[in-house]
Amino acid sequence: MLTCINDAMFPETGKAVVRLLRRLGVDVEFPPGQSCCGQPMTNTGYLDEAVPAVRAFASAFEGYDAVVVPSGSCAGSVRHQHGLVARRAGDPALQDAVRRLAPRTHELTEFLLDVLEVEDVGASFPHSVTYHPTCHSLRLLGVGDRPARLLRHVRGLRLLELPAAEECCGFGGTFAVKNAETSVAMGTDKVRHAVGTGAEVLVASDNSCLMHLGGLLSRERAGMRVMHLAEILASTEDQPASVLTAPTLLERTSAARGARS
Amino acid sequence: MPPFPQAARTALADPQLRANLRHATHTIRDKRAAVVAEVDEWEALRRKGAGIKDDMLAHLDEHLVRLEEQLTARGAVVHWARDAAEACAIVAQVARDHRADEVVKVKSMATAEIGLNEALAQEGIAAWETDLAELIVQLGDDLPSHILVPAIHRNRAEIRRIFLDRMAAAGRPAPADLTDEPRELAAAARLHLREKFLRATVAVSGANFAVAETGTLVVVESEGNGRMCLTLPEVLVSVVGIEKVLPTTADLDTFLRLLPRSSTGERMNPYTSMWTGVTPGDGPQEVHVVLLDNGRTDVLADEVGRQALRCIRCSACLNVCPVYERTGGHAYGSVYPGPIGAILTPMLKGVGHDEQVDSLPYASSLCGRCYEVCPVMIDIPEVLVHLRSQVVDAHRDTVGGGGLGWRPPTPLDLAMRGAALVLGDGRRMAWAARGTALAGRVLGATRGRLGGGARGRALPGGRGALGRVPGGGGWTDARDLPAPPTDTFRAWWTRTHGGRDEATTTRTAQEERR
Repeated sequence: MLTCINDAMFPETGKAVVRLLRRLGVDVEFPPGQSCCGQPMTNTGYLDEAVPAVRAFASAFEGYDAVVVPSGSCAGSVRHQHGLVARRAGDPALQDAVRRLAPRTHELTEFLLDVLEVEDVGASFPHSVTYHPTCHSLRLLGVGDRPARLLRHVRGLRLLELPAAEECCGFGGTFAVKNAETSVAMGTDKVRHAVGTGAEVLVASDNSCLMHLGGLLSRERAGMRVMHLAEILASTEDQPASVLTAPTLLERTSAARGARS
Repeated sequence: MPPFPQAARTALADPQLRANLRHATHTIRDKRAAVVAEVDEWEALRRKGAGIKDDMLAHLDEHLVRLEEQLTARGAVVHWARDAAEACAIVAQVARDHRADEVVKVKSMATAEIGLNEALAQEGIAAWETDLAELIVQLGDDLPSHILVPAIHRNRAEIRRIFLDRMAAAGRPAPADLTDEPRELAAAARLHLREKFLRATVAVSGANFAVAETGTLVVVESEGNGRMCLTLPEVLVSVVGIEKVLPTTADLDTFLRLLPRSSTGERMNPYTSMWTGVTPGDGPQEVHVVLLDNGRTDVLADEVGRQALRCIRCSACLNVCPVYERTGGHAYGSVYPGPIGAILTPMLKGVGHDEQVDSLPYASSLCGRCYEVCPVMIDIPEVLVHLRSQVVDAHRDTVGGGGLGWRPPTPLDLAMRGAALVLGDGRRMAWAARGTALAGRVLGATRGRLGGGARGRALPGGRGALGRVPGGGGWTDARDLPAPPTDTFRAWWTRTHGGRDEATTTRTAQEERR
């Protein structure tokens, strides 16, 4: 499952997942009937409104060996919330379908390490990165050190430790809008820690958290870029992922000064 | 009280308060983590604690009857209070019966929950808090902002000021040369309180546990003020939530290990006082126990929410909560702040009729840290989502057709209904997503004017960013938004036959990077 936000907003992540999995010999399909895991509705309390999305998920992925999700949050929603939504729908067939799918649904790093059993995916990414373990990856799914194990095998990559890594970034779905000021206060601290590592790239396995953190970095012109883990794992010497970042305010000011003198 | 997002604003804008909160919560959480790590079987202990509480809740009625029998047999007077008003009236009556115009109190969440101090004040009875932090809060005309450390939002300079300005009106004044040394502050409080302990004839307490088997009440505290209240006065009134009952004395073993490590980060707490009815010639000679419901039976009836009744008020969830750390306890507008308050308050008060209460289940990013540290394994995120659905359902115009909770559909209601329609089907999703791609192409063409190209590339996908966007709401006040991509994933998938046409893929990637 690609997740709705990746489909509509971050197609690069989806393409990276496809490239990565094909490289590892996986037969990848994208069932067009898929839409969204329903998490935005479920977590905001709109359970009735989540039912159609869960129904679409169950019917789109029926019959596949594994559902791979490049999002800890959406994988968590499938495994821990679809049952609740299906019960709300009062539809025993849907409840059965959801129960069958939950154990076959894997977050990307779980799929790579637990199902494919590879740690070295043959990636190359000659940059310094720091990894933010998003809350749902870390606590709801318990992916543990899987992402770090994968990153340590990437050629040329320098992994820098993120202080207070286990702290929430403050995204939290509609929390980011309903409690925008608290969300920004949390994100600002996370960004400060990330920038402090001196890494070029802040990596996570959830583009929604990265959209929030990247939005703060971009507004502050911090000169650090965010990337989904899949894009780094898909990056090779032949097809390297680009780490173009905007120049920081400081860099631009000094460049302007240089031009004048 | 204003709803949580508005109430949080005050704390977020106060750097001193945020620094105080950050320092205090991090200190306690680090202490807790260290002493919890010492216990090899901590997870098993948590499961045991949760199990005992669940079994107890399943047979609450039987345990309460047993507790009443035992208490009565040992000379205590048992009262049942359905709500706050009944409980306050009982305590006031006891004080009046003894012609007391003041009572001393050991810190108690239950009496704060029922607003006992205010109720007694209306009857002309002064209720003096004897816990140091509670004293600071009371003298400062303030509200507690933490379950364990009610004055967590105050630093010692502020406390010195409060003591100097307010102690005299409440009893023994603070020494004129008082400094902000913790030792001096504690000594001033000690002298001030000693006077009250020795004078009072009536004391009021809560209880951490009530053992049904023996009719024993247990109070766990750190300063000794609790021991003073429980032994010195002639009359003791204990207000006890009905969920505090434990079946047997042996069960205390589990909870007296779980509680101090989780709350103060200590292996064992300094004072554990137990009293069983009346003992002639020793301690209070008249003991009243008020068994308080005040919404607890409603919580018990809620299959998902009843796990909150396992809570032993340790406050570990507050100290690890990123929202609490930044907003403090006052933003929650209730006696129980933090993650546990965000579920307990709406359940005790009921949702659907008060905007402030309804805002509490949303005062969380659902990060799950509270669940991780809870010594009795309350799945707070699960209950938060459950309560959010109750809030939404209470206002549905379809359910209950224009009942008490009805309000016109909010923009969020409409957005979620729209999302349900679009996301219920991949084809409709594809159709809607084409809109973002179209916007991406339009913005790409006009990027210069919007200033998108140069500033962004921090965002996922490495595209340009949009700054303040009209209608961007709370999002774009402080955060940029990624400019929409020129292509959705599914459009790319179809066009490139699932990415098998690599030439097209590479070209598109290069185009986007440019």
